[in-house]
Amino acid sequence: MSNNDETQVSKSRMHGLWALTNRELKKWYQQPFVLAMGIIQPILWLALLGKAMNIGNIVTGIPGINPTQVMMHTFGTKDYFSFMSMSMVAFTVVFTTAFVGMSVVWDKRLGFMNKVLSTPVSRSAIILSKVLAASVRALFQSAIVALVAFALGLSTGTNFGWYSILGIFAIVFLISVGLASFFTALTLRTTRMEMPQAIFQLVTLPLMFASSAYFPIAQMPNWLQAIASVNPISYTIDAVRRLMVFSDGFGPLPLDFAYVGIFAIVVTTICIVLSWRYLNK
Amino acid sequence: MSENEAIKVEGLTKIYNKTLTAVDHINFSVKHGEIFGFLGPNGAGKTTTIKMLITVIRPTEGKATILGGDIAKQSMEVRAAIGVVPQEYTADEDLTGLENILLCADLYGIPRGVSKKRASDLLNLVELTAFKDKRVQTYSGGMRRRLELACGLINRPKVLFLDEPTLGLDVQTRAATWNYVRMLKKEFGMTLFLTTHYLEEADALCDRIAIIDHGKIVVVGSPTELKDSLGGDILTVSIQKDEDITELISKIEHVKEVKKENGSYMIKSSNGELTAPLIIEALRKSGHVVTKLSLTKPTLNEVYLQYTGKSMRDAEESRESVMAQRMAMRRSRA
Repeated sequence: MSNNDETQVSKSRMHGLWALTNRELKKWYQQPFVLAMGIIQPILWLALLGKAMNIGNIVTGIPGINPTQVMMHTFGTKDYFSFMSMSMVAFTVVFTTAFVGMSVVWDKRLGFMNKVLSTPVSRSAIILSKVLAASVRALFQSAIVALVAFALGLSTGTNFGWYSILGIFAIVFLISVGLASFFTALTLRTTRMEMPQAIFQLVTLPLMFASSAYFPIAQMPNWLQAIASVNPISYTIDAVRRLMVFSDGFGPLPLDFAYVGIFAIVVTTICIVLSWRYLNK
Repeated sequence: MSENEAIKVEGLTKIYNKTLTAVDHINFSVKHGEIFGFLGPNGAGKTTTIKMLITVIRPTEGKATILGGDIAKQSMEVRAAIGVVPQEYTADEDLTGLENILLCADLYGIPRGVSKKRASDLLNLVELTAFKDKRVQTYSGGMRRRLELACGLINRPKVLFLDEPTLGLDVQTRAATWNYVRMLKKEFGMTLFLTTHYLEEADALCDRIAIIDHGKIVVVGSPTELKDSLGGDILTVSIQKDEDITELISKIEHVKEVKKENGSYMIKSSNGELTAPLIIEALRKSGHVVTKLSLTKPTLNEVYLQYTGKSMRDAEESRESVMAQRMAMRRSRA
């Protein structure tokens, strides 16, 4: 070891990004239990919730009413499971990315954050590593949900094609980046463990019910429609449904992508700007 | 970035939430190749100072340069040039020792080819080669401490910061840590800045120390200087006959002050070991018989007492640092 070593170190602004992201991912894929829980949870959601709420059955057997027509009219799918299961693809992202806050707080409490802050890694690389790791996990989980939905009898619409797979990955990635940045930003200042948990509980319920996850927005009261129509989850769910289970053309798909894409960029930018201010106290 | 001083601090101040002054306009400088100790009780501002110097928290006021780089304006350059061994165990428990070191290397942007070689050298240095592929979860407190040291050295820093390097360590591991610190100075000419609240650690290890209390530096100097500033060693002499020997002793080399108290003489000397035989010799020559002679050397404890007006107290620390400290203790015992 000598001090007059002239090793060329990376001057890239984003050096360390992959190392930090990989650290997060290792914690995940090297732990079979965590990985298994992450797979089992969405299966339970789909199997229990998706199959228990069979709205199609409610209108079955009434004279003069064609259940499939009613379902197509209200939900745009032949059965409720096909409608609901696709929102679960999007919702898995909320559940997965929400835990990014936990990892931010742990890193601070254990001093890891301070150590990283004392190295020449840019603050944006620290934030983006959290966001990317959460997004990779979210992509994986959503893919599992989609596969399970197929296995449990999803009926695809006429819009469905090979491009749907790519499209879903793209929209899920965008919303993951946006939500992971959102949850990261909310925990930038705190070192309390209760904080990310409280945020998770506070945020997920409105995100879920003030969206088109369980019910079409058109059927909601006006005030709820107003909230649901700015909720980026609604746009994500609409994109997923359009690509997978709807049959009435792609219509607003570009709007869905644009909205979620802008949401991701704006929130990530805000999160990085806040990190310059709050990561160094 | 070359200056006479490795670290130069001017009027550095940190006020939390506009009310709590943790560090209050401190000034000091650290020379190249020096082991500089920051000594003070818990909550005195040691950790806040070190965190400002390693660019993790922003100063409210004042300025500091490390190797000529301003900690606020050239923080990236400063970060690249320094190494940090934090108080807590910051290594990732789910990764192996080697993976942790390589992660640190990546954070400094060191190419993989180079970092692999360095990591294996460092693992050798801190004697962890046999455990490099074991998860840090399985490491003992001492091993974790050594791993932190290895991580702090991966970028071959010119200045290394150690925050409470021996907190919660057993006696053997503490001695081993001291040896590493001394070796870094000797072999690599590294400048070391460490904080501690152990007086004996500052005394044994540091070339110079600053005592900090309530966010202010009360005194800076080498341990010897500080002890000398108390007036030096104290010799107590008693003789058989009741005769005044004050005059006689005052003339002896290194003697600074002689006082007669309860029939014996209290002699302050800048070098007790040299003065003692001279006193005996002088008294014998003038026909006196020495019945008792004792030598007390001042310790940093007395220095500390002198300058802060109290012994080391346990002030209340911030919730976070207490938490981190407890966590470190708990993990070192696990």
